[in-house]
Amino acid sequence: MSDRPGFLGFVRPDGRVGVRNYVLVVPTVICSSVVCERITEVQPDAIVALPHLAGCGQLGPDMRVTHQTLAAYCAHPNVGAVLVVALGCEQVIAQTLAESARRAGKPAEIIAIQETGGTIRTIERGRQIAARMAAELESVKREWCDVRSLVLSLKCGGSDYTSGLASNPTLGRLADQLVDHGGAAVLGEIAEIMGAEHILAARASRPEVGRDLLRVISRVEAEAMALGLDIRGTQPSPGNIRGGLTTIEEKSLGATHKGGERSPVVDVVPYAGRITKPGLTVMDTPGLDVESVTGMVGGGAQVVVFTTGLGTPTGNPIAPVIKMTGNARTARQMADNIDVDVSGVIADTLTLDGAAAMLFAEVLDVASGKPTTAEALRHREFAIHRRNPTI
Amino acid sequence: MKAVLVISDRDNVATALEALDAGRSIQIGAETLRTCEAIPAGHKIALVDIAVGQPVIKYGSPIGLAIALIHQGSHVHTHNVASSRGRGDLQAAQASAEPGVRLAEPADTGEPSAPVVTGEPADV
Repeated sequence: MSDRPGFLGFVRPDGRVGVRNYVLVVPTVICSSVVCERITEVQPDAIVALPHLAGCGQLGPDMRVTHQTLAAYCAHPNVGAVLVVALGCEQVIAQTLAESARRAGKPAEIIAIQETGGTIRTIERGRQIAARMAAELESVKREWCDVRSLVLSLKCGGSDYTSGLASNPTLGRLADQLVDHGGAAVLGEIAEIMGAEHILAARASRPEVGRDLLRVISRVEAEAMALGLDIRGTQPSPGNIRGGLTTIEEKSLGATHKGGERSPVVDVVPYAGRITKPGLTVMDTPGLDVESVTGMVGGGAQVVVFTTGLGTPTGNPIAPVIKMTGNARTARQMADNIDVDVSGVIADTLTLDGAAAMLFAEVLDVASGKPTTAEALRHREFAIHRRNPTI
Repeated sequence: MKAVLVISDRDNVATALEALDAGRSIQIGAETLRTCEAIPAGHKIALVDIAVGQPVIKYGSPIGLAIALIHQGSHVHTHNVASSRGRGDLQAAQASAEPGVRLAEPADTGEPSAPVVTGEPADV
C-alpha cells in the first residue's frame, strides 16, 4: 500500500489501467448496430454495445475518424474483451478492429450477419460468444493502482452561471491535483475555448503546443465562419442565454476553469487521438456533448467528470460519467442524474477546496467500481463525430 | 449568501446570485450599487457606466463589446453586449455575394427560441 491516492482498477496486459471490465460488442457499420444492441440484452450489466450511424458511405478523413474511434474503443482499458459484428460488405474492416483489441492483449472475435445467416442466428451466436467472454472476464480482479494511471475527461454541458462559479472551478482544482500527482486530464470542445485561448496558450509546455492550440481554434472558427452563419445560433445555446451567459467568450472563460489554473498544457490531439502525456491535453472535439465525450473516452479517458448547470443525463457505453452541479434547483429537480452537488459553493456553505476534496473522493470511488447515476440508468450515449456528409 | 459576486477586480460587471428587483441597493465592498431594473438570478449587472464599443469584462477578461450605452446598475446581456467571434453572418454580408439558394434546406422561421416547458415543473 502507499500513502499516495489510488483506486482499485484492472491492470491490462499492455500496462494500461481500466476502471470497468466490459465485453464490448462493436458494429462495424450502422447496419449491424441493432443486432449488437440485441446481443447485449443477454447480460446488460457486463456486455455493452457501441451502436453508431456510420461505417459506410464515408470518404477520406471522415472514414478515418470513424475507423480510429471504433479501434480506440476496442483497445480501451475499460474493455476486457471484444466481439466485432460485421454486416459483410461495409467499408470499416472488422479485422482491423479485432486486431486493435488483440494488440492490447485482449480476446477478440468477429461474426458477420451475411455469413452467419441473418438477424436471429447472429444474435444467438453473438450472445453465446459474449456470455462466454463475460464469464471469462470474471476471473480478472481489481488491484490497487496509483492515481497517476488515471486519464480524466473534463466536460461541461447545459451550462449556466453556476458552472463558471462553482462546478467548473471545483473540477479545475481536481484537475490540478491529479496532474500534480502525475495523472492526465483532457479538455475538448474547441468552440468553447474561443475567447479563453490566451489563458491556455500561456500554459503551453512547449511553444509548438501553444501554436497547435491556436491553430485548431482558428480552424474551428474559420469553419463556422465559412458557413456564412452567426455562431450565436448555437454558441451560447438558447439555454445558456436564459441561464445568464451572454457571449461565447463568457461561456469559454467559465468552461476553461475546468482545466485548472496551473496544469501545463502538454499536447493537442485529434478527435479520439490517444492521450499519452501526463498533464492537460486539449482534444479537437465539437461542442456537442455526446460527440465530445465519445472522443475523449476514445482518447483513453477512463472516467469523465461532467459539470452541468441546467442538468443533463449523458453517459457513455464504457466509461463512468460523474455528473456534478452547482445549481441547487437542478440538484433537487434532476436528482436521478446528479452524482455530486456543489451548490454549497454558491450558497457560501462550501469552499471550492472542500468541494474539490469531495469530488476527488467520488472519482476514486467510481474508479474503484461505484456506479454513477448514468450507469445505474444505463445511459450509454455514443456518437462519432462526422467531418463530412454521407456520400 | 451574497446578492452579487464580483469575480475579478478588473471586472466591470457582477453576477446576481439571486433575482434582484429594480431600485435595490447592494453593498459591494465600500461601494453601494443601485439596480436600475430587475436582474434575473445568474445574470449580470453593470458596476460602472460602459460606453458603446467598450469591452465588458468578467473573469478579468473581455467577454464582448457594449453595443449600447450601459448604465451603472443595469442588466448586461445580449441586448447590449455582442461577441465578435464566429460571426460568419457579418462576413457573408460584407462579401455581398450572390445570394445562393440551396434546395431542400429547411426555411428559417426566425422564431425566437423559447424554453421548452410544458408547465411549471414540480419543485420537489
